This record gives sequence, C-alpha cells and structure tokens, in this order.
Amino acid sequence: MHNFLIVSIIASTLRVATPLIFAALGGVFSEKSGVVNIGLEGMMVVGAFFGVYGTFATGSAFVGIAFAIIAGMAIAALHAFLSISLKADQVVAGTAINLFCTAFASFLIMRIFHKGGQTDSVPTLAYNPPKFITDIPVIGQLIAGINWFVIIAIVLVFVSYYVINKTAFGLRIRSVGEHPKAADTLGINVYKMRYICVIISGALAGLGGAALSLGIAGVYREGMVAGRGFIALAAMIFGNWNPIGAFGACLLFAFGEAFQIIAQGFTAFKLPNEVYTSLPYLLTMLALAGFVGKTTPPAASGKPYEKGQR
Amino acid sequence: MSRINTTGKKSIGQITTEAGKSVLFPLLAIVISIFVAVFFVMWAKSYSILQYFTALTELFRIIWTGCFGDPATTLNTIMFVTPLIFTGVAHSVAFRTGLFNIGVEGQFIVGMLACSLLGLIPGLSPVIHIPLILIGGVVAGSLWAAIPGYLKAKVGTNEVINTIMMNYLSMALVNFVVLRTAFGEKGKANTPMIKDSAMLMNFSGSRANVGVFIAIAVAIFIAWLLWKTTIGYEVRAVGINPYGAEYGGVNIAKNTVLAMVISGAIAGLGGAAHVSGVMHQQFDLTTVPGFGFDGIAVALLAKNHPIGCIASAVLFGALNASSKMLQLNDIPKEIVYLIQAVIIIFVATDYIVRYFAEKKKKKEAMGNA
Repeated sequence: MHNFLIVSIIASTLRVATPLIFAALGGVFSEKSGVVNIGLEGMMVVGAFFGVYGTFATGSAFVGIAFAIIAGMAIAALHAFLSISLKADQVVAGTAINLFCTAFASFLIMRIFHKGGQTDSVPTLAYNPPKFITDIPVIGQLIAGINWFVIIAIVLVFVSYYVINKTAFGLRIRSVGEHPKAADTLGINVYKMRYICVIISGALAGLGGAALSLGIAGVYREGMVAGRGFIALAAMIFGNWNPIGAFGACLLFAFGEAFQIIAQGFTAFKLPNEVYTSLPYLLTMLALAGFVGKTTPPAASGKPYEKGQR
Repeated sequence: MSRINTTGKKSIGQITTEAGKSVLFPLLAIVISIFVAVFFVMWAKSYSILQYFTALTELFRIIWTGCFGDPATTLNTIMFVTPLIFTGVAHSVAFRTGLFNIGVEGQFIVGMLACSLLGLIPGLSPVIHIPLILIGGVVAGSLWAAIPGYLKAKVGTNEVINTIMMNYLSMALVNFVVLRTAFGEKGKANTPMIKDSAMLMNFSGSRANVGVFIAIAVAIFIAWLLWKTTIGYEVRAVGINPYGAEYGGVNIAKNTVLAMVISGAIAGLGGAAHVSGVMHQQFDLTTVPGFGFDGIAVALLAKNHPIGCIASAVLFGALNASSKMLQLNDIPKEIVYLIQAVIIIFVATDYIVRYFAEKKKKKEAMGNA
C-alpha cells in the first residue's frame, strides 16, 4: 500500500511535469540563442488547441500532434520575425503573442465548434504498454501510470542536452547567444541560428500544449494552459538554462502540484492549500535571488543583434 | 525631449510637430489593427472578401453602440476605462525606467484585497474612511512592487519573472484570506460587503464612479512628477541610459526600487478604487482580473505618456465594454483581444520607422559626399 502511494505520486508528478518539460526545453533553445521567449505560454495555447483540432478533423492523434507542432512553429516564426528581424522588444513581442494566441484559440473554438469555452472531446493518444511490462512490480505500475508524452519528454531532455552541449550545431547556438558579434565574425549566420532556435522552441512548446490537451482529457478548454508557459520559463531559469536542470525544476514544480492533491487527504498535519500552490513560485524567486545556487543567463539574451554595429 | 536647441527651450512649432509625430504612430497602429480585425469579423460571419466594407461598418457600429450608444452604456464604459487608466500609468512609470512590471496585475490585486479588508471597519466617517482605504491600496501595492524592485536593484534578478511569480502569490494570498480566515463569509467564496462609508460615489445608479476623477488626477500628477521634478528626472535618466545616469551621480539601485514602488502604488490605488467603487467586496480568484495585463497595451499605445494613457485607456476600455454587444451580434468577443494584440505588435516594432529614418539619413550623407 505504502509502496503503491509513492509510485502513484511519482507517476502523477511525471504526468503533470510533461507539458512543462517540453515548454522549458523550448525556452532553453530560444534563450541559449539569445532570444527571450515569454511567448511560450501562447505557443502552448495554440499547440493545445490545434492538437485537439487536428485529432478532431482527422481522427488521428498523431496528426493532431503534428498540427500542434506546426501551429507552435508558426507562432514562433512570428515571434522570431518580430524580435530578430524587426528588433522589437522581445518581452513586449512575447506578451503580444500570448494575448493573440489566447484570443485566437477562443475565437477558433467559437468558429469551429460553435460553442464557447471548450472544444468537443477527441480520442487521446492510445497508450497500452504490454502486459508483461505492467506486471513487473513497482516499475510496471509506474509505466502503467504514465503516457507516451512522458516518455517522449524524458527522451527529449537528453537529446536536447546532447545537441546543445556536444554538437557543432549546439556550439553555434551557444555562441550566438553569448557573443553574437564574435560568432558573426567567424562566419556563423546569427539571424539564421536564432530563427532556427526560436522555431524549435515553438515546436517544443506546441508539443507541450498537445501533451496538456491530448495527454489526459482529449479536450481543449479556455484557460487550460493557466500560466504553465511562465512556470516553464521559471523552471528554465531555475535549471540554469540547462536542459537537465530545467527537467529537475519541472519535476519539482510538478511534485508541488501532485503533492497538493494528495495532501488534501492528510489528517494529521494540514496546511492550507494556498501554501502548496505558492511553493513553486516562492522557490523560483528564492532560486533567482541566489539563495538556491547561482544562475547565469546567456550573455546576449534579450538583446537584438544588429549587423555592423559597434 | 529628443532635441534641445541652444537656448534649451523649444519653439511652439517644434512642440506641435513632435506631438504630431508621437501621435501619428499609435494612430497608425490602431488603423492597421482594425484593418486586420475586420478579416476576423468576416471569417466569423462567413462573409466573402467583397463584403469587407460591410464588415468594417458593422464592426464600428456595434462597438460604437456597445460603448457609447446611450447614457447607461457610456457610464458602463467609464467603469471599464477607470482601472485601465491606473494600470496604464503604472506600466508607463516602469517602462520609463527601463523596467517591465508585469506585476501590475498582482499589485492591483493586493490593492483590491487591502481595500476590501479596510472597508470592513465599522463606524468611520467617509471623510476618514475613503482616504484610509485608498492609502491602504497604495501601501499594499507599493510593498508588493518593492520586493521585486529590491531584488532587481540588489541581486540583479529579472523583474519580469519575479513579478509574474508575485502575481500568482497575490492570488494565493487573496484565496487564503477569502477562503480560510475569519474575513471571508462562512460557506461563501467572498468577503462581506464593505461599509457604505468606504464606497466611492457612483454616477446615477450605474457602476461608474468618482474613481475616474482620481485616475485622471493620478495621470496628471505622474506627468508632473516625471517631467517637472528631480525625482522624475532621475527615474527617466535611469531608463534612457543607466550608465550615463550613474556617471551623472544618479543612484540606479535607488531609482529602480523607487520606480517600482511608484508603479505598484498606482496599481494598488487602482485596485482599491475598483473595489471601493465597483466590486464592494473581494471574491476568490481562479484567474487574474486582467486589468494589469490590459494596462500593458494601454501604456504601449500611449508611448508611456501618463496623459496619453487616459486616451488609450478610453479606447481599450471601450473595446472591453463592447464585448457583450459583439457577442449578441455573433462576433466572438475575442476580437477585442485580437485588436489589442495587433496594436501591441505594431507599437513594439517601431524599428521599421527607425529603419527608414536611418536609411534616409544614410542617403542624405551619401548625397552630401
């Protein structure tokens, strides 16, 4: 029984963390290349909506996921155009994107599903681990308690880490984020690298949105994303702009949320719910203030690069 | 501001051309965003492309009747405009200092909470009670903003992330007070109604109230503070060039905290005025009220000028007020937010204007050589 409780906490932590992990990885790619992406929230919103819409239109959750990724990439391309080519204030552009996406998704619900607030429900991504695996004690229960998105997210954490830290492509990403002028001098196309990274971040955030809408309920509701894009951003900073660190931070935040649900059943010592809700935010602020290890952002993060300027 | 001639004073002609230029771009942004919005109207109503002007006139007519159609709707619009003036001015102060205070939302919320608690004190005369709740809002908002301001000044952490976190904390704080303390009504998700002595006077039975005059007074006061006092000079100097300001003896850390505190104070005052004039009690919060986020658009469109904020708050308030009318006419109310988003995008990309100005300059330089 005790064992079972722990396993179910871990499984639900992983499920809650998954959308955050995708978006936080997206944030890492974007910021490593020097573009602040506050618009993650909006990209998750369109991802969540188009994931459901794609599934609704074609009946296949795979197509839905593809829709979500493409929608996230399209919005990210807009963000990239605004903040890289037009050199808009990246935070302001991201804010506009959040506003636009939230309104756009609600607009499309009205237009396509002809009702306010939420879409029709669609089948979720089928997840049936074979019986011989779920029969394994503990690990089997854990695997039965998660879904495909969790597995993809964990794989992507390590892929991202490898790409950013061990490949030539990753070195270029880091160089345009740390010192774009030096990178430009060495023949790296700063604008192109940044475009690629922002669009990757949109794809990941869109996937995160799909994980939210297709992973559990198979429906998109207004306000479903509820600030998860911002939490992902915080997780990225908490994780010191490192995929594995961000993964850890997402797990911590998700644990707070999963624990909150379980803690409602506690009788011996009972803290108000709001204390658990506040914990991730307080932790983030403390982490940022340097009480929980030091964080250093990429040096050129948030600064538009202008060719030929001293 | 940008160009000062040798005597340090500007001719009237110079001032008018500068004012004209600064108004031109926001107006252009509004026109373009409405142009874009009409396409969404056409999409929503399945019009063909040839019916563009039908959709345009329809959108205008609905928005106009929805917010200024008759005295009652006009008063309703004023109720929507009032908080936006506060939050717009609050954002402007922060933007002027080079800070992005997304936490205006949270500071507005703690202002609301302070007012709804202080408003419960019985047996006070309105002469004392009204100033008390307003000061309560100011103090709550400025304290809430001082924390991220201090962290930015002392530790150098990004105020954007910290204020977003503080927004969530403010919601948790409100829910804690409303749902789990003696201040909340038993079995309900709200605080009791505030006393009559703590309510701002309403206009002829509507929800519009004298709060709008407070908002306008605050906007004028902040304009005076920014351009006619040393405090304002220093705050703006830090925003324009922090290193230059420091070289000139301006304390960056002090002014960062100060700007956040002023911004938070205005937001908190707005929250207090909203509860005192409109809500009269505090409900639990599942999402933020949104006035703080709308204030970003207000400030950006006004180019961070407090007086301009009044005009742009009227625009955005009117758009918000007309959302019900839009829905009655089968146009999704989200169109309002789409317009806002497009306006922000265009205002944020004023690089295009700079780009053409620089190109022109280069061309001139080539011509001279």
